[in-house]
Amino acid sequence: MRHIISILLENEPGALSRVVGLFSQRNFNIETLNVAPTEDPSLSRLTVTTEGDDRVIEQITKHLNKLIDVVKLVDLTEGHHIERELMLVKVKALGASRDEVKRTVDIFRAQIVDVTPSVYTVQITGDAGKLDAFVQAMAPIGILEVGRTGVSGISRGDKILSL
Amino acid sequence: MELLSGADMIARFLQDEGVERIYGYPGGAALHIYDALFRQDKVKHILVRHEQAATHAADGYARASGKPGTVLVTSGPGATNAVTGIATAYMDSIPMVVLCGQVASHLIGEDAFQETDIVGVTRPIVKHSFAIKHPSEIPEVLKKAYYLAATGRPGPVVVDIPKDMTAPTERYEYVYPKKVKIRSYNPVTRGHSGQIKKAVDMMLKARRPVFYTGGGIVTSGASENLTALVKRLGFPITTTLMGIGSYPQTDAQSLGWLGMHGSYESNMAMHHADLIIAIGARFDDRVTNNTSKFCPTAKIVHVDIDPSSISKTVRADVPIVGPADSVINEMISLLQGREMANAEALPEWWTTIDGWRAEREGKLYEPSQPGERLKPQEVIEAVYHITRGEAFVTTDVGQHQMFAAQYYKFDKPNRWITSGGLGTMGFGFPAAMGIKQNFPDDTVVCFTGEGSFQMMMQELSTCKQFGTGVKIINLNNGTLGMVRQWQDLNYKSRHAHSYVESLPDFQKLIEAYGFTALKVEHHDELDAALERTFADNDELVFLDIDVDPREHVYPMQVPLGAMRDMLLSKTERT
Ligand SMILES: Cc1ncc(C[n+]2csc(CCOP(=O)(O)OP(=O)(O)O)c2C)c(N)n1
Ligand SMILES: [Mg+2]
Repeated sequence: MRHIISILLENEPGALSRVVGLFSQRNFNIETLNVAPTEDPSLSRLTVTTEGDDRVIEQITKHLNKLIDVVKLVDLTEGHHIERELMLVKVKALGASRDEVKRTVDIFRAQIVDVTPSVYTVQITGDAGKLDAFVQAMAPIGILEVGRTGVSGISRGDKILSL
Repeated sequence: MELLSGADMIARFLQDEGVERIYGYPGGAALHIYDALFRQDKVKHILVRHEQAATHAADGYARASGKPGTVLVTSGPGATNAVTGIATAYMDSIPMVVLCGQVASHLIGEDAFQETDIVGVTRPIVKHSFAIKHPSEIPEVLKKAYYLAATGRPGPVVVDIPKDMTAPTERYEYVYPKKVKIRSYNPVTRGHSGQIKKAVDMMLKARRPVFYTGGGIVTSGASENLTALVKRLGFPITTTLMGIGSYPQTDAQSLGWLGMHGSYESNMAMHHADLIIAIGARFDDRVTNNTSKFCPTAKIVHVDIDPSSISKTVRADVPIVGPADSVINEMISLLQGREMANAEALPEWWTTIDGWRAEREGKLYEPSQPGERLKPQEVIEAVYHITRGEAFVTTDVGQHQMFAAQYYKFDKPNRWITSGGLGTMGFGFPAAMGIKQNFPDDTVVCFTGEGSFQMMMQELSTCKQFGTGVKIINLNNGTLGMVRQWQDLNYKSRHAHSYVESLPDFQKLIEAYGFTALKVEHHDELDAALERTFADNDELVFLDIDVDPREHVYPMQVPLGAMRDMLLSKTERT
C-alpha cells in the first residue's frame, strides 16, 4: 500500500542525506520526496511517499525515528488527511489542439500560466491521482515537459505535527 | 572564563570528560590537535600503526569497560582507514567517538589534498555524525557525541573537524558542558508496564520456555538482574554469540550459545520451545536460520531498547521497548509471590533438554593422541584451564573464533570480545591491545588464525612501544579455515584461494620485534608452552600452534533449515 510519511527534520546540513540514505541502505523505496523549511527556521518538513506492506512501513517509520535529525514524524495515511501536489506541464498548443488544451485545463481546474504561439504552460494542483489523470488526458495532444513537486500532506482536523 | 583554541578545547574536553586513553595516528589536518595533546599529560595517546587498529583498540576497550572508546585520525586516508573499525563497532552497537581531522573549511569540496567526505562515507555505519562549523561549538558537539555514543542503543559517532576549527591563533570561551539535550533524542528509560505484565503472565504459564539473550544484556549491564530472573524461574537460557558471559556459562541452566554454530541443545530447545523470552537480542540471520521455519510452536516476548529491532525479522507477540536492565528488574518484582501455572511441565522440559545434552556428550570432537597434531578445540580448553576462565578473550574471525566461543566458558560479561555482526578479520589483536592497556593487571588472550593475524600484525610495534603484554594464541591451520570448511561442504572441496601459501616464520617475525614466540607442533608440547606463555602477565607472548587443518566447526545449521536442522559432524546430521 502507498503511504505518505511527513517528517519534521532538523534544518541541518547532511540531515536530508541521512533520510535519503536510509531508504537506499535499507532497500526501502521512495516514490516522491518533498522538502522545505517550515515556519520555524530550525526545522524542515519532509514528505515522502513510499510503497510497502505493514511490516515494511513499520520498519521505515522505526528507522526514520532512530535518525537523530528526525524530530517527529507521522504516517498521514493512518488517518484522514489532505494530500496535494503541484505540477507544471508544458503542452503542445497548435491549431485545433489549442482549444482542446484550454478546455481540458478548465475541466481539471488547472491554470495556464505561460503562453507562446506553440506552447501552453499549465499549472495544476491536486492529489497524485488527479495529476496522473491530467497527464493521461494531455498525452495524445503532446506533453513536452513535466515538473512535479512530489506530494505534500497534512492531517485533517485538529491533529498537528509540531514540536 | 577561559579562552582556548579549538585544538586546546578538544584536549581539555577529553580531560573533563574523563577520557584516559585515545587511539590515533597523526597527519596534516590533525596536527593542531596533536600539538594540544602534546602540551598536556592527562589524556594518554596511543600511537597505533594503522588507523583500523586504533578503532579496534578503542572498541576493545569499550567492550571490556562499557565506556566509549576514543579515536583520533587525520583526514583522507587516515579517516578511510578507520572505516572498517567504525563499521565493526556499529554492527555490534559499541560506543565509540571518532575524531577526524578534515581539510580547512575553505578547501572542502575542492578535492583538496587528503580530502574525503568522511561524514558521507561513514553515514550508513554510524549512529550519528557531526561536522564542526565553528570552533566555539566544539565543547557542545563533543559532549553530544559522547552522549549519543553511550546512551540508548550505543554506537560509533564521527566528528569531522576542519583544520581551521583548531587553529591555535583563534581562541574562544571554553566551558565544559556537564549535560546536553538533543530535542529529537530521548532514549526510553523503562518498558511499558502493561506489556511487561503480559510477558510475566506468559512466563508463568509456559511449559517449554527458553530465555534467548544477547549483547544488549552486556551493554546495559543487566547480567546480575538477568541471572537473578533466570534463577528465580528455573528456565533454560541460551545467549547469542554477543551475549556470551552475560549469564554464567558454567551454570546448569545455561545451554551455551545458539545459532549457526551454537550448541545442539540450544538450537533444539529453541525449536521446541513454547515461549521464547528474547532480551537484548535481534533475531539475526546467523541465529534464526530460515525465519519461515523458525521456532514453529513458540510465542515470542521481545525486549529491546531499539524499536526497529523488534519484529524486524521475526514477529514478536509481546514487544517491549526498553532497556534490558530496567525491564528485567520490573519482571523480577512482578514475579514476587507468584508461581508457575503448570508446575509439572518445567521438570519435564528439563528432562527433554538433558536428553539432548546427553546425546552429544563426549562426541563434540576427537582429541589428539600423544605425538599427533593438536585439535584447535583442545587448545582452547587448555587455555581456559590455565587462565581459570578469567581472562579477557578476544578473537579474530574464522574457525578459531567459533572454537573459542564453544570451548572457553565465560561466567562474567564484558570478557568475551569478538566481532560478531561484521565478522572483521584483524579485529582480535588490536582489540586485545586496547584492553590490556586499560586493564594491565588482567590476563588478555587473543585467539587468532594465521590468516587473520596477518591483517593487523603491524600492531606488534605498538605493543612494543607501550609494553603491552597480550597473549596471542595463533591456531595455525595453514589455511583460511572457515572458508575452506564452506568449500568442503558446498564446493566439493575445491579450495579456491583458501590456502595461505608462504606463511612467515612467525617465531622469527615476532622475535624481530623483541618478543617471545613459541612453536607447538604436536600434542606433547602444549602444556609446557602454555606454562611459559602465561608465566609473566606483563609479557607479550606469541604461541604459534599447528592445529589439524581438517577440523570443521560443528554443529553447523543446515542452510535454509530450521533451528534444529544441523550437521553434527562430518558424518552425522539431525
Ligand atoms: C576482513 C575480512 N575478510 C574476509 C573475511 C572472510 N573470512 C571469514 S573467516 C576467513 C578465514 C580466516 O582464516 P584464519 O584467520 O586463518 O582463521 P581460521 O578459520 O583458519 O581459524 C575469511 C577469509 C572476513 N571475515 N573478514
Ligand atoms: Mg587459519
